[in-house]
Amino acid sequence: MNNTKDIKVNIQEEKDAIWKILEQVNDPEVPVLSVIDLGIIRGVDVKVSSTGEDLEGVVVAVTPTYSGCPATEVINMNIKMALLEYGYKNVQIKTVLSPAWTTEWMTEAGKEKLKAYGIAPPKPMQSVCTPDSFQEEEATQCPHCNSFHTKLISRFGSTACKALYQCEDCKEPFDYFKCH
Amino acid sequence: MNNQLINYILHLADNNLILGQRNSEWCGHGPVLEQDIAITNISLDLIGQARNFYQYAASLIGDGATEDSLAYLRTEREFKNLLLVEQPNSDWAVTILRQFLFSTYQYLLYQQLQKSNDEQIAAIAEKALKEVTYHVRWSSEWVIRLGDGTEESKDRMLSAIDELWRFTGELFLSASYETEAAKEGYGINVTLLKEAWLQKIKDVFEEATLPMPSEKIFMQCGGKDGVHTEHLGYILAEMQYLQRTYPGCEW
Repeated sequence: MNNTKDIKVNIQEEKDAIWKILEQVNDPEVPVLSVIDLGIIRGVDVKVSSTGEDLEGVVVAVTPTYSGCPATEVINMNIKMALLEYGYKNVQIKTVLSPAWTTEWMTEAGKEKLKAYGIAPPKPMQSVCTPDSFQEEEATQCPHCNSFHTKLISRFGSTACKALYQCEDCKEPFDYFKCH
Repeated sequence: MNNQLINYILHLADNNLILGQRNSEWCGHGPVLEQDIAITNISLDLIGQARNFYQYAASLIGDGATEDSLAYLRTEREFKNLLLVEQPNSDWAVTILRQFLFSTYQYLLYQQLQKSNDEQIAAIAEKALKEVTYHVRWSSEWVIRLGDGTEESKDRMLSAIDELWRFTGELFLSASYETEAAKEGYGINVTLLKEAWLQKIKDVFEEATLPMPSEKIFMQCGGKDGVHTEHLGYILAEMQYLQRTYPGCEW
């Protein structure tokens, strides 16, 4: 007798497998961070045939970090390629703008990886930018020597998500992943 | 096809694209390296927002329209950006003042637009608001630095105010598609933003020891309806040159 349970696609298993694969897809600009660390994967959907036996497609919902982030397209392509390499067919990326991405979605592991890489991670207390000028803000810690004796050089840094700081103790410049 | 909705979205997109293009002219020419990077980062934010709006408009227009065809193949009369954003960069004072006047307006606009009954517009605004907050902060700090700076920097700020103030009236004059948008609930009545905008400008000017311009200044307008200053032609000639010379080219 046919045990149809065996040949039907296990949707939850497939989704879990896909989430695992996505841990290998990295941010091209900050290669220590995976897209999971960044918190930009908003959902994984799996399409099965009417008989439930064939996996017909995958839809990954991704949200961009900044409106103009040029890495977004590269990341989307890398996600597709990673899944295609594992044999998934018909992989689609769905861009989701709302709710807007926030640094609060970054994992703790991601923040630690940033620090080890030499980039100050976004501060835990969401000190999101106010529009008011010359505000006193809590100090940003130097990722090299851990001093809080640091100064802001520019709120705009090497990429859309980063600001430029300098440590007054060890004198090293460093990027800070801005609260967003 | 809802033409007024499309016009509204194109207006929002065009503001971002033209100002993004103008700011990008500073690339490699900024007064100091960190500010060169700052202004081009702002350009990037603006162009990203423009892309979101253009992609949405293209999906509504259909018929093969893409973000690229909208940005690179329309002519001056089809662009609906404010006159303010197409004004020349001149010096740093003019550039940062232009940013301050525009970003303050954009901040108030996006704050309201988050409540649009059009999901996509609300989503784009919600995302963009965070970036615009940084633009307001950066530009207001520069207005204060230069206004309350040296004799020369103050002179240049006074000159900049002289040059740009006449284009600020247009911000609060509702175009036909804006009136329609506000009525239907997917857009904002811009006349209602004026008071808050004026207050913010006043507060920053005061700290910058700069005088508020007279209320009697004649205001130029027309950009929202495609009637532009002579500058837009040159901006488009440079921006669209490649696509027009090698149609369909790709990186």
